[in-house]
Amino acid sequence: MQSLKGVKIVEFAAFAAGPAVGKHLADHGATVVHIESRARLDGFRAHYPPYKDNIHGLNRSGLFSLCNNDKLDITLNLKKTPQATELAKKIVAWSDVVIENFSPGTMARLGLDYQSLEKIKPDLIMLSSSNLGQSGPHAHHAGFGSQLSSLAGFTHLTGYPDGSPQILYGPYIDYIAVAYGAVAILAALDYKRRTGKGNHIDTAQYETGLQYLAPILLDYKVNGRVTGRNANRDPYASPHGAYPCKGDDHWCVISVHSESEWKALCSVMGNPGWTSDPKFSSHKSRKANEDELDQRIGEWTTGFSAQEVMEKLQSAGVRAAIVNTMKDVYTDPQLSQRPQWVELEHPEIGKMHYQRPPFLLTKTPPGPSKRDPLLAESNEHFYKDLLGLSQQEYNQLVEAEVIF
Amino acid sequence: MAAADRKAGLLSPYRVLDLSNELGFLCGKILGDLGADVIKIEPPGGEPARTLGPFYGDQADPEKSLFWFGFNNNKRGITLNLESARGRELFAELVAKADFVIETFTPGYLDSLNLGYAALAKINSRLVLTSITPFGQTGPYSKFKASDIEIMAASGCMSLTGDPDRPPLRVTFPQSYGWTGSYAAMGALIAHYHRELTGEGQQVDVSAQACLLWAFSHAHTFWDLNRQLEKRAGSFMTGRSITGARMRVFWPCQDGYLNFIIYGGEAGRRTNQALVEWMDSKGMAPDFLKQKDWKTFDIAQVDQEEIDRMEAPIGNFFQGVTKAEFFKEVVKRQMLGYPVASVKEIFADPQHQARSFWQTIEHPELQTSIDYPGGFAKFSNGACKIWRRAPLIGEHNQEIYGQELAMSPAEIAELKKQGVI
Repeated sequence: MQSLKGVKIVEFAAFAAGPAVGKHLADHGATVVHIESRARLDGFRAHYPPYKDNIHGLNRSGLFSLCNNDKLDITLNLKKTPQATELAKKIVAWSDVVIENFSPGTMARLGLDYQSLEKIKPDLIMLSSSNLGQSGPHAHHAGFGSQLSSLAGFTHLTGYPDGSPQILYGPYIDYIAVAYGAVAILAALDYKRRTGKGNHIDTAQYETGLQYLAPILLDYKVNGRVTGRNANRDPYASPHGAYPCKGDDHWCVISVHSESEWKALCSVMGNPGWTSDPKFSSHKSRKANEDELDQRIGEWTTGFSAQEVMEKLQSAGVRAAIVNTMKDVYTDPQLSQRPQWVELEHPEIGKMHYQRPPFLLTKTPPGPSKRDPLLAESNEHFYKDLLGLSQQEYNQLVEAEVIF
Repeated sequence: MAAADRKAGLLSPYRVLDLSNELGFLCGKILGDLGADVIKIEPPGGEPARTLGPFYGDQADPEKSLFWFGFNNNKRGITLNLESARGRELFAELVAKADFVIETFTPGYLDSLNLGYAALAKINSRLVLTSITPFGQTGPYSKFKASDIEIMAASGCMSLTGDPDRPPLRVTFPQSYGWTGSYAAMGALIAHYHRELTGEGQQVDVSAQACLLWAFSHAHTFWDLNRQLEKRAGSFMTGRSITGARMRVFWPCQDGYLNFIIYGGEAGRRTNQALVEWMDSKGMAPDFLKQKDWKTFDIAQVDQEEIDRMEAPIGNFFQGVTKAEFFKEVVKRQMLGYPVASVKEIFADPQHQARSFWQTIEHPELQTSIDYPGGFAKFSNGACKIWRRAPLIGEHNQEIYGQELAMSPAEIAELKKQGVI
């Protein structure tokens, strides 16, 4: 049996920040219902590549697939008040957990804020995940993770000291909030089991991101230092960088954290003459001559494949790795062994690699076990079998474009 | 802050033993933020990662590491030598009463001490053992060593960051430890949910390499679906248009850089319209931008020529804007976009004050107090915050060994002499 079997979750959510939380819980057996509407599609279906074969289609989005396996997908047009509001409340009453990532204030306008919902479901757990939080002077400002990653300091830390900041691919910070959002729900489920009390959880993606930067925030407060970007350099290791290997645009990384590791690296390189130069004899002197050091090491690594460099150095106790590409992650021997991907057939995409959790529970193994649902695919099953609507009620709601 | 306050946290009944190094620090801290009683167990002399900076007053001292302060608050601290027989006995006593153990040893090390999952489960079958390593417990790389840069490389992250004609890059401040610790906490709590329902504990096998796959979202799905390889593109965003057009993300402004992207979708169209109005209010919007029909603008179909034509006047306009002015206008005009903030500007953001995000934590040993980033979430029925600063080396030996395990001062002194604690 999977760990979260029996937990019922409803998502009034789109893009990554809400649905990826549901995905992690669905991977462990929770019943997760993704709610969208033809009047307000999940943005990943509507306008966010990649689409299979570069042909846009509502059921052809790779990112929607990645975030929504093992879920049910139903449509509900929340603009059709009051019928839609009543139906939404009925769905909430059926659930244990609501996940929403609308702009703050939206759920209240729909009559679906926590205060309204706890009247019909007193022990409700509801996660509201937003850009900047549910309160404060900027609460209403909506945004995407690709840009919030800049407000939260991450891109200032990426690139060369004298150059432009560089992007972190995609909505980087959203998936930080995803981890924290799932943690918060799991803690609230435990609390509810023990006390019978629900919880409204307010996560600001901004605040979750800053958790990762705590030491440099403290460094500013304590020492007045504003940490900037410094390419691949690290104050505590040298060499520390990416080095070219055999092949077109193939790279490895190497980092040396102690004198014994430095000696081991020199030995693997065959102790070439330059390594005994006083310029490289200590961490301090290597830091002072790091451009030359990087060049020397690069001259050595170009003679080998990245795999060879990694294996030679790792067997000598020196940290090194391949810079995997987006193609390599599907064939990397370690990820394949885990295995990190589950290939499932999708009716419009064909074979799709769904992502397993990065943590494996040894006694209650996770999914994915079902492909992501097509738009509205679960309407009849959910509304009739799980929610208990009669055929007549269902037909009326479809007719009225509430279920739409 | 009275440590008794942690009872207001959602996880206050539970105890966590944290044997981790920097790869796992955040996992225990997160459980601590939620009120769990976390005991950091360090080797005698202190955890080696206390040598990671930055440092308080720039003094490289194991009791002054801000890296340690930031990721080990909400923990008590004891020292214990697991490589001594007596140390293992004491650990077994603690495990018998613990709910979680977090560890980051090379796979096989705990087994060699007879403290692997099978042995711990004999002591406490309900235990959730969260084992965090760079590559996971099994497989060809499972015993490989890795620091942040190797994890960022092996996960694929670095292939997406940097200029096309220069080496792949990592983020200057280590990111992989945060990703790994927080996803490990999710895994630990899923196993906890199962344990509370069934009584069955288990081992959670966390791979840092796999955690970081989430850091770049969907870049790999371009390969999976269309055999299209997403690569590092410097300051540009790729993958938003099926024509292959790339959009500028970072724009020089008067005092730094802005993050602005020509997007599609409802919010993108609204943003583009609002920007043109803002530019026009300064007489800087060319006619072709003013005449553009944003309602039919489709980012997924747009080609590079059109993007370049739009970006030229926008770039001119942004050069005259400050970061603070941009931030004010995007909030006022409901536009997408933010300034590229440094830690200094993050502290100045009024949003954090309004939400009481910063928490002032006393450091009596330094005769000072420091503002910390506070709880990661707000709960209507529970607190999530910092209850206590990070422990000094062996700070709670007396509390744990003396009071809880009822050892006499003489016994504790003997253990110290033998190097057990």
